[in-house]
Amino acid sequence: MTLPSLNLLSQSILSGFFIGGMYGLIGLGLGLSWGLLRQINLAHFGFVFLSAYISYHMASVWGIDPLLTLLILPPVFFCIGVAMQWLLSRFHISPFNSLLVTFGITVMIESLIQYVWTADFRKLQSSYGEEKFTVGGLFVPVPELLTLMLAIFFAFAIWAAMRFTDLGKAMRAMAEDGPIAAAFGINQRLLSFLLSGACVALASVAGVCFALTFTLTPTQIFSWVGVVFAVVMLGGLGSAVGPLVAGIIIGVSEAVAMVLFSPSWAPIVSFSLLILMLLFRPGKA
Amino acid sequence: MSRTIVLGILGAGIALGFLPWLGVPAFYESFLYLLFHWMILAVSWNILSGYTGYFSFGHGAFFGAGIYATAYLAGRAGWPFLATVPAAILVAALLGVVLGAIVFRVSSVRGELFALLTLAVTFVLATVILNTPVDGGPGIYLIGVDIPVLGPSQSASIYMMGLITATLTLLISYWIYASKFGTGLFAIHDDEDVAEVMGVPTYRFKLYALAISCGLAGLAGGIHALFVSYVTVSETFSITVPLSVVLMSILGGSRHWIGPAVGAVLITCLLYYFTSGESAVLGRAAVGFILVVVILFMPAGVLGLVSGWRHNKRVRVAAEAAASAAPVHAAEAAPVARLPARRHIVAEPLLQVRGLSKAFSGVKALNDVTLEVYKGEILGLIGPNGSGKSTFINVVSGHYKPTAGEILFEGQSLAGQDAHRFAQAGIARTYQIPRPFSHMSVLENVAMVGMFGGGGMSRAEALREAQTFIEFAGLSHRAHALPDDLNLHQRKFLELARALAARPKLLLLDEVLSGLTPGEINEAIEMIQRIRDRGTTIVFVEHVMRAVMALTDRIVVLNHGALIAQGDASAVMNEEAVKAAYLGKAHA
Repeated sequence: MTLPSLNLLSQSILSGFFIGGMYGLIGLGLGLSWGLLRQINLAHFGFVFLSAYISYHMASVWGIDPLLTLLILPPVFFCIGVAMQWLLSRFHISPFNSLLVTFGITVMIESLIQYVWTADFRKLQSSYGEEKFTVGGLFVPVPELLTLMLAIFFAFAIWAAMRFTDLGKAMRAMAEDGPIAAAFGINQRLLSFLLSGACVALASVAGVCFALTFTLTPTQIFSWVGVVFAVVMLGGLGSAVGPLVAGIIIGVSEAVAMVLFSPSWAPIVSFSLLILMLLFRPGKA
Repeated sequence: MSRTIVLGILGAGIALGFLPWLGVPAFYESFLYLLFHWMILAVSWNILSGYTGYFSFGHGAFFGAGIYATAYLAGRAGWPFLATVPAAILVAALLGVVLGAIVFRVSSVRGELFALLTLAVTFVLATVILNTPVDGGPGIYLIGVDIPVLGPSQSASIYMMGLITATLTLLISYWIYASKFGTGLFAIHDDEDVAEVMGVPTYRFKLYALAISCGLAGLAGGIHALFVSYVTVSETFSITVPLSVVLMSILGGSRHWIGPAVGAVLITCLLYYFTSGESAVLGRAAVGFILVVVILFMPAGVLGLVSGWRHNKRVRVAAEAAASAAPVHAAEAAPVARLPARRHIVAEPLLQVRGLSKAFSGVKALNDVTLEVYKGEILGLIGPNGSGKSTFINVVSGHYKPTAGEILFEGQSLAGQDAHRFAQAGIARTYQIPRPFSHMSVLENVAMVGMFGGGGMSRAEALREAQTFIEFAGLSHRAHALPDDLNLHQRKFLELARALAARPKLLLLDEVLSGLTPGEINEAIEMIQRIRDRGTTIVFVEHVMRAVMALTDRIVVLNHGALIAQGDASAVMNEEAVKAAYLGKAHA
């Protein structure tokens, strides 16, 4: 093991923050629906990829600015989320069965993506994609920075909404004890539609960021499941800021492990960290 | 255990064993092998996760441990394949036991946390294997490894190995399902704390289940290494294995021994039929769609549907029988049976509690309580709300470990031991809010306690005995009902029947009368008297003073966690300290 230069180390810590922002952004919607709706929504990953592909298509084929898709896609995906929640609540799906149903939905999305865009690699080419600037000798790629900033913005916006608005308080009450909350006049059905819609809309935001940063291929959908699950559970189910913090912790520890040891050792650091935290600081999630 | 089922599994295994000699194309053997492969993985996953409810996302780790044990030993170290199989089983089981020994000690790691932890272990193991000489990166070839000859061709031999292992896995799964061990696992699934208090050694049982589950996954891995003949980390430890086994088990029905196998067959066939044709992509979409539809309409899985029908039928038959046998009685009150009275002693102490304290981060719920319970008596334990009565029951039943003090039961010290030791020593309790095992019928709830409580009966014996106790509690017409279908009164009596089935020496009754109507209280008082007549010593926690006065031989009063008075009922109630505790001090 050779000690890397300070510059390399700080560059990789920075990139850890950026990937952590991605983890946090994907994990945010997943964790909210898991913690507040008691649904393990595997389709979240499908929606992220679907949104990434659509924004790729809009930008590359129709020539729409990728940032503009950030305004178009969330409302559309909000409706998808409402429709999915209608389906799940109509059949009173239990948490682990929601895993199964949403897995089925994910497989359908994956097939749809493969059918429309084929299994080839796709990369969104845009004016933002390659843009970088330097701060104190460190490279800052613009798309990654955008991802991190959006992740921070949404995490705190949702935190504030949950804490200070009546709607947010009602949602927390519903998550705590649905029937009791309903007895005090909270419209569970409406809230769950809103929440599910918001979570899927968040997935679409994450998808646009994903398209700006990563090369797309449909089979990758499941390769993100493990680490994002870890982020969500480490951050606390139903927490708004938790996934972001956990995402950054895991992202940075991975990045540091990459320069200190070798890239292939990266998972062991983050997951050992996770295991130790679960065993010695339990009760967080 | 039904002999028919065991013979059925064996018979099917033997019949399928003739297949390779019938000249079937090798393709079918490979397809069937894959079917067996998924059956083994799904059924073995279910032995831990379906039976105990500890959902694991780490089955890939144990499977992978088996694959790599075989791949490394056979592919690199040059062992003969058959010698690597025990190693594959052992490595996987050992990994599971070490993990379980740590994880199951931490009581808060349940549900999602357990699922996450096992998932994390998968990634850690994959990284270790990738970066150490076990694999090192390029993967391991097993091309040169000799396949043991079990059939006319190589693919037939692998088919036979899959078949034998699948048969074995199903036998083990059924054996556990139908055994006392399995009953304990199902109890853990429904309510682990109650299971422990009723005498199930939960820690040990979870560890056994995990070891069996992992060992079988390791075995499947060892064979699969030979089948794929080229092993890589990214294929082995992908999310496919843990996700597929969960899906298969839920689809088939995870509370049933054969459910996961059914799910495995369905999903493997679906994938094959829909993705082997020309439009493979649309086929995959169809599989996803079918999964969604099946789960929406059959949330308990395919076999859950079947057991649901059988359950409903049994309940209907029992209700009709009850209606025709006793048309005068309402459905609520079946004839109450009398149990034979036993000896009735009062002299030596059965339970001695010395200096017992229990603190919850600063709050002293019990403070230096010393008391004795004599054989054959009914000791009333009273005090205002928050005085420590329920904590006392929880400590004496072993649910809470005391902060300080001694608990001597028949002269033996129990303090600090696991709750199931208390149950096995002969202490049983009821819960103020009934906590039956929600997926077990009334009969199974009662029988379960007979198996694990002081009686320690076999499963068959306990089921027979349970009938008697259910009759005693007047629930015989609801024997096959699930606890959710009972009303509060019936659930309270189920609690009593359950406590009795443990054949306790000491019975702790925690507010059994609360929430009952005056008529039901009379019934309950009569029943408690009959329990005492059989020689059971009782500690009776209650607010209904009428019942306390009618039943108890002696009274102990707690206030703020401390013992403030004890002795004869009417004398104690007139003590100043007791009046002050209940009514407040007169300041005038």
